[in-house]
Amino acid sequence: MTMEVAFFVSGSVAVIATILAITRLVAVHALLYLIVSLLAVAVVFYTMGAPLVAALEVIIYAGAIVVLFLFVVMMMNLGVRTQEIESKWLAGRAWIGPGILSALLLVEVIYLIVRAPVYATMSSISTPKQIGLALYGPYLLGVELASMLLLAALVGVCHLGRKRSEARQ
Amino acid sequence: MTAIPMADGLILGGILFALGLAGLLLRRNLLLILVSIEIMLNGAGVAFVAAGSRWGQADGQVMFLFTLAAAAAEVAVGLALLLTHFHRRQTLDADSISEMRG
Repeated sequence: MTMEVAFFVSGSVAVIATILAITRLVAVHALLYLIVSLLAVAVVFYTMGAPLVAALEVIIYAGAIVVLFLFVVMMMNLGVRTQEIESKWLAGRAWIGPGILSALLLVEVIYLIVRAPVYATMSSISTPKQIGLALYGPYLLGVELASMLLLAALVGVCHLGRKRSEARQ
Repeated sequence: MTAIPMADGLILGGILFALGLAGLLLRRNLLLILVSIEIMLNGAGVAFVAAGSRWGQADGQVMFLFTLAAAAAEVAVGLALLLTHFHRRQTLDADSISEMRG
């Protein structure tokens, strides 16, 4: 019972924090709400019996990825003028189209999920050992592909960063 | 330890995905568009883990690790492109890159 309560509380926190994150005018405020949302989702993972993934969510998403965003915000040094532009962009009418489209999709997804028979998630916890065995057993090719993807991203980012500094000299 | 119904996990993932989609369509700030994509990937991850724990297998969590790697790569490249664009145009407006001639 306690796990279900934890699931619903943290799920609600995640949804509310996400709504606040996509509506903030100041980029840093949006990022702070994104961190809250990610931490709440980490608790959700824990209640679903995935402690390793919960830890990775905190370390990689809330730790590494959001810090990257924060560095970029600091480097760009956005001022008050950006806030004015943002508030102009976010004025009333702009909400209607995207809101209706996403709400339609969401209603459809929830309808399909609710119509299906009820399954409970297993109460067992998958240990890091199981995940590691799966990663380096049947999913070995996927791990190699992910490493290639990360290497390609690294090379691409190095290229983008170097081109700019050379063009400026 | 009691079990969470799988449908609840999937619905939470769906809500997060829809919110990310709304943000993606609504915002014109390139940085917040990237944030919205992160939210959508996170919602997909919630669905993966919920579906994986339904069968008590580690596969859902393995797929989450792969989405994590994809998200990290996407954010790194996206932010590098965003910085390049910002240094060139001094704006984050997504409408300012509507033409492709460099």
